[in-house]
Amino acid sequence: MNAWMRGRMPLWAAGAAVLLVVVGLVFLIPHGKKAETPASDKTVAAEWPKDPFPSTYKARASAPTLIRNTTILTGTGEEIAGGSILMSDGKITEIGSNIGVPAGATVIDGRGKFVTPGIIDIHSHLGVYPSPGIQSTSDGNEATKPTTPEVRAENSVWPQDAGFTRAIAGGTTTLEILPGSANLIGGRSVVLKNVWARTVQEMKFPGAPYDLKMACGENPKRVYREKGGPQTRMGNMAGYRAAFEKATEYEHKWKKYWSDKKAGKEVDAPDRDFGLETLAQVLEKQIWVQMHCYRGDEMAFMIDISKEFGFKIAAFHHAIEAYKVADLLRDNDICAVTWADWWGFKLEAYDGIQENIALVDAAGACAMIHSDSEVFVQRLNQNVALAMAAGRRIGLDIPRGRAVRWMTANPAKALNILDKVGTLEKSKMADVVLWTGDPFSVYSHAEKVYVDGWLAYDRDNPKRSPRADFELGQVGEGSTGGAGQ
Amino acid sequence: MRTKATLALLAALILAGDAAAQIGGPTGASQGQTAVVPPAAELPANARPSNNMMPLTVPIPTGEPTYLIRGAIVHTMGPQGVIQGADVLIAGGKIAGVGQGIIMPPGAQVIEANGRPVTPGLMASFTQLGILEIDLESTTNDTTADATVATAAFDVTDALNPNSTLIPITRVAGVTRAVVAPETGSSIFLGQAAVIQLGLDPNMVVRPRVGMFVIFDPFRAGGGYDAEDYDSGGSQETASGGGLLSGPVNRPVLWAHFRETIADAREYLARQAAYHAPGGSRDQRTTRIDLDALAPVLRGEEPIVAFVNRASDIRQLLAYTKQQNLKLIIAGGAEAWMVASELAQAQVPVLLDAYTNLPGDFSSLGATLANAARLDKAGVRVAFMPPSNEPSHNARRVTQIAGNAVANGMEYEHALAAITSVPAQIWGIADTYGTLEAGKDADVVLWDGDPLEVTSAPTAVFIKGQKIPMESRQTKLRDRYRDLTRKDMPLGYH
Repeated sequence: MNAWMRGRMPLWAAGAAVLLVVVGLVFLIPHGKKAETPASDKTVAAEWPKDPFPSTYKARASAPTLIRNTTILTGTGEEIAGGSILMSDGKITEIGSNIGVPAGATVIDGRGKFVTPGIIDIHSHLGVYPSPGIQSTSDGNEATKPTTPEVRAENSVWPQDAGFTRAIAGGTTTLEILPGSANLIGGRSVVLKNVWARTVQEMKFPGAPYDLKMACGENPKRVYREKGGPQTRMGNMAGYRAAFEKATEYEHKWKKYWSDKKAGKEVDAPDRDFGLETLAQVLEKQIWVQMHCYRGDEMAFMIDISKEFGFKIAAFHHAIEAYKVADLLRDNDICAVTWADWWGFKLEAYDGIQENIALVDAAGACAMIHSDSEVFVQRLNQNVALAMAAGRRIGLDIPRGRAVRWMTANPAKALNILDKVGTLEKSKMADVVLWTGDPFSVYSHAEKVYVDGWLAYDRDNPKRSPRADFELGQVGEGSTGGAGQ
Repeated sequence: MRTKATLALLAALILAGDAAAQIGGPTGASQGQTAVVPPAAELPANARPSNNMMPLTVPIPTGEPTYLIRGAIVHTMGPQGVIQGADVLIAGGKIAGVGQGIIMPPGAQVIEANGRPVTPGLMASFTQLGILEIDLESTTNDTTADATVATAAFDVTDALNPNSTLIPITRVAGVTRAVVAPETGSSIFLGQAAVIQLGLDPNMVVRPRVGMFVIFDPFRAGGGYDAEDYDSGGSQETASGGGLLSGPVNRPVLWAHFRETIADAREYLARQAAYHAPGGSRDQRTTRIDLDALAPVLRGEEPIVAFVNRASDIRQLLAYTKQQNLKLIIAGGAEAWMVASELAQAQVPVLLDAYTNLPGDFSSLGATLANAARLDKAGVRVAFMPPSNEPSHNARRVTQIAGNAVANGMEYEHALAAITSVPAQIWGIADTYGTLEAGKDADVVLWDGDPLEVTSAPTAVFIKGQKIPMESRQTKLRDRYRDLTRKDMPLGYH
């Protein structure tokens, strides 16, 4: 890798996860084997403390906006020619071919243009490895020990990363920010709305669950080779199992406490451990695992470990070899998250092929693009186009309406926010992109980007183009044009 | 356009190399085949040249495969411009003719373009193709002089491996030429680059020692700050340099070492005999092999290729190289647009990764997607580097880089030139490569769509006249795993 560019490197790292409504109780016995609890015993609900850093995001007020006469890729698989979409009060209120103009609505003629859902980048390090990428801003890997479930990416996010402004100009409206991949268990990720804000809490996607970032393979063993290990893949696997075994005990201890307390017994609360608390919530599937894992054989081991302890892997990230085990991913309902064509930077990335996403998708598994890069988050549409075209060239039938899901609905599913975003359907959040042309053309730009119905970026209006504090008063200001430049 | 087509037909007569001797009349079968260019009347009206044309014959050497790509939109990148409905005749490793209505020579294989585009093979102006297999596996990686004695003397041609899997993976995507350059290390001087061809000929070097790469950015000269970069194998904190540099790296230190090295090399060059005599030269910090390597640079034969981003650094380099009479190429150039007129005036070209638009460090605060278009409009010669995160494994993405430059204001043909004819000029190989003109090496690509579009790919690739198998390790992996339901044999037997 070229050190010249290292500051601008993608972070082949991974991470993160999502929260379910509290699922029914699962008792886990200390040897890691999960016992199904009879429904009648589900008396003890998990009472983990609430989010210490709750979202303060508020959608901005906006007039109703109608985009009409346009081609809509809905994210549900459909392509509507001559379509219209109405956004009101931050939601999608109508979508179809003939929508009346509500009073006071802004009407946009979308002739020759395209509309898609806002792009969701499920793997980003914006904010935790921001621009400028200098020592002072390097906040993505707590590489002090191989297991750090206690840390949270949100506490490292610098909201003034200019990368956010470039990403919105590329149509990316939702980002999952992950810790890096130095650690076996890297910490919690956070899902953000891509809005300019003074605090991270103001960006936090309301109702989006947390995820846990974990990493397979070369990175942890490289980082800890001479720092006490792990230094092998078998060491990695032992490390995950040891961590979840401890978490199982921790969860058991707390559930016993809640149960005893409920029964009126005088009991002292166990000591609180933030890392184990996170892992315990992973065991309850309130937090899903986003697993950095390149090789297919390692994915199979991780699937086994997830079954042994009863946690959910939402997706394998940087899943260079997903095409080798697409059936396994399909059967276990795990998504593959990858690039269009990056490969070869290390041995576990040596078998990358351009048809990866298309083959996984064709096998019936869930596949999607990610950026892992402040450069490619600006053009995920182009990268989906690369993957789509590679699939088509080997004869797979991939309509645009299907390919668009690789950057919208599928990441929403893997983040467990598909009920809120990811498709253009009535009552979902109005995160919408109007493209100057076919989004799968290199020449197309995101022209207007709406977040909850509010025009957060307008290519034709510098006043609708957010700028990071860092860029004000610097050389080039005014000539570099803010977002998109 | 018609005038240009006429030129194309005439150009078909002027063949270089072996074929040139055969111009001038009908040739016997033993001497070779002939391609007959029809008189104007036989051409479709829309392809008819405006002036009178005599029937022309194009001599074809014997024993070489001959290909006729028929009915294409040909981006010649030369004086003929873009020719609609044109043919490209490939014979003897060379382009034998470009124009409308070339008649198929006997024995030629015809490839119907059906109106699709044809371009010269593309060129990526900064890669480690052939000297790198896997970034993080040091035994597969001959890319840097880091921590060794040789810095200026580091010559990529010592390491080129035509059997690298990156070569077929890159060429099936239409890239047929590349600059192979050292990676950044911990010294100012990185070493010497070469131009290679990616064809079937194992002699990859087209032109050695085409540039002395140097790094003129303290942030990068120290290796950059790289704490996050676990996947790229970067060390965590490399704030100080090594090699020629020791101790803290900043601009005055960097310049002092650079000037000293140039001065030493001048003295060495002037007094080479004395240098080798006992006591014949004062002590020099730079090693003899490095001083030797700098000789062509001082003679103005080999440009200095400087990785540099900040406008002030570019200005300083322009002044110094002018004063020292050295040739200069700027690489990176995030703020080059601010110095565009000076670069144009000094005729200094710029190598760009057109994606750069973030203040990645304090030397790149003026980065903008408009860089390529602004430089181009100012008359600066621009050539594209592949994406900086994967300049070798994804050297093939120079098309996307060029496409993005177009999307941000650069003229289409200029962006295409930035990966064909312009790098051919910059790197001194324009006599044999870079345009589709008779007599040049037949690096020719037929595309299934707009070559700069992300959905497009080549359907046929020729390098020095040889038709390239559209196969690579990646197509083989794909084919093995394409159908996971096959039960006849384990997939490892497929």
